[in-house]
Amino acid sequence: MAAITEHFASGDSFIHRIDPRIRLICGALVTIPLAVLNSQPPALLGLVFGALLVLMARLNLTQVLKRFMVVNAFILFLWVFLPFSLPGNTLWSIGPFNATTQGINLALLITIKSNAIVMTLMALMGTISVQNLGPAIQQLGMHHKLCHILLFTYRYIFVIHQEYMTMRTAMQARGFKPRTDSHTYRSYAWLVGMLLVKSWDRAERVQGAMRCRGFHGRFYSLTKFSTKPTDFIFLAVCLLFAARIIQLGFFPGVLP
Amino acid sequence: MTHAIIELKDVSYAFPNRGNALDKLNFHLHHGEKLGLFGPNGAGKTTMLHILMGLITPDQGTVELFGIPMTESKIFDEARLKIGFLFQHSDDQLFCPTVLDDVAFGPLNQGLSKEKAAERAREALAVVGLSEFEERIPHRMSGGEKKLVALATILAMRPEVLVLDEPTTGLSPEAKDRLIKILQGLDMARLVVSHDPDFLAATTDRLIAMRDGRIRPGELKPHTHVHVHEEGDVPHQH
Repeated sequence: MAAITEHFASGDSFIHRIDPRIRLICGALVTIPLAVLNSQPPALLGLVFGALLVLMARLNLTQVLKRFMVVNAFILFLWVFLPFSLPGNTLWSIGPFNATTQGINLALLITIKSNAIVMTLMALMGTISVQNLGPAIQQLGMHHKLCHILLFTYRYIFVIHQEYMTMRTAMQARGFKPRTDSHTYRSYAWLVGMLLVKSWDRAERVQGAMRCRGFHGRFYSLTKFSTKPTDFIFLAVCLLFAARIIQLGFFPGVLP
Repeated sequence: MTHAIIELKDVSYAFPNRGNALDKLNFHLHHGEKLGLFGPNGAGKTTMLHILMGLITPDQGTVELFGIPMTESKIFDEARLKIGFLFQHSDDQLFCPTVLDDVAFGPLNQGLSKEKAAERAREALAVVGLSEFEERIPHRMSGGEKKLVALATILAMRPEVLVLDEPTTGLSPEAKDRLIKILQGLDMARLVVSHDPDFLAATTDRLIAMRDGRIRPGELKPHTHVHVHEEGDVPHQH
C-alpha cells in the first residue's frame, strides 16, 4: 500500500523538540522575506541559514538530496530560458539569441532563493508529523475549514489511491493496456470519473458517520503542545535573521 | 418506561429513479433486546438504519427514539448520541491521525474535557482489547483491528443501544471470533444486521428478516444447513 512517508518527521534533534507551532511561525518568518528578495547577498545568507537548519535537524542527507533534485529539475528550465529573455549586456550568443548578465543573475537569484526556502521548510515544517501539523495550524488560528481539508486529504488520499489501484488492476485483468488511442483516453477518463463519484459517495458516508458521533463543525484535538524557553530563543533568532534579511534586501546602507 | 428505544412507524422511502427501498415499514427495538436482522442485498436494511439514525429523511412515516418523535434534525442530534452506530466500512468511520484521537472524537463532541475524553477513550480501547494501539495510525491497521477501533469509538460515547451494520464484512475468522467475544461481554440492547447466521446466533437472541422494504412477519427458527469448510470431517461446533 502506498503511504506518504514522512522521512523527516521522526527524529530527536534540537529542531524536532521545538514546539511545532513555533516551527511553523519561524518557517513563515524566514521564508516570506526570502521569497520576495531581489538581491543576491541576503539570499546567500538565507542559503547558509537554511543549510544550518538542515544540519541542526540532522536530516537524512540522501533524502535531502533527493528533494533538491526535484526542486532543481524545475529550476533547470529557468536556466534554459531566463538568460536569453532579459535585455542587457550580452555575454554570449547562440544564433539570434543573446544571453545577458542580467538574465543569468536573475536565474542565479531564483536558484539561491528556492534552495534556501526548500532547506528552511524541510528543516522547520518537514519535521512536523501530519498528526501534529493539523492541531498546530488550528491552534495558530488558521481557519478550521483549511484544517479539515488538510486532515481529510491526508487521511483519505490512501483510500482513494487504493480504490484507484483496485480499479486499474481490474482493468488490466480484462486485458487493458494503455496505448495512445481514444480507447485508452476514454477508459482513463472513466476511471477518473468513477474515482470522483466514489470519493463523493465516501465523503457522504464519512460525514454521516461523523454526525453519528455528534460532530457539528468543530474539531477538538487531544494534542497539547508546550513551549519551552529555548523555543522562544529560537523564535527570537529567526526573527532577528528575518529582520536582517529585510534590512539587507530592502534598506541597504541603513546598517553596516 | 415501556416505550421502545427505536420505533419506526409506516416508514417509506424511495431512492430517485430506483423505486421503493422501504415500503410502509414497521420496526421496534426495546430495552434489553438483542435483535438480529437479515435479508437479501437490496432489501433496504442499510436504508432503514440510515433512516433511524436520521442520516436520511423518510418520504413518509415517523421515527421515534427513546419515546421521542424525531421531528427535526436538532432533536435527532441529541438522540443520536445515545445510539452507537457501527458503519459497514470502518474506513468511513475512522478518520483521525491516531487511534486515541479517533476514539476520543465522540466524547469530545459530547462536551467532555480533554482529560475526561482521553480517559473514556482508553476505557473503550481496553474493552475491545486494543489498549496498546493508542498511538497507532488507523489507516495502517488491518481490517479486523479497524473494526474493533470503530467499535471502541462508539463505546466511548456510552451509548444505550448498539446498531451494527454488517459488522463481519471482510473480517477474518479470527477477527470475527474476537468481535463475537467482545459483543457477548456487552449487555446493551442491540440491532445487528448481518448475512452471517453464525454471527447472528452468537450475538443476538432473536432474528427477524427483511424483504422488499418490509420486515417479514413471524419469528424465525434456527435450522441447520449443509455447509463446506476445511476440516469439515472432524467433529466440530458452530
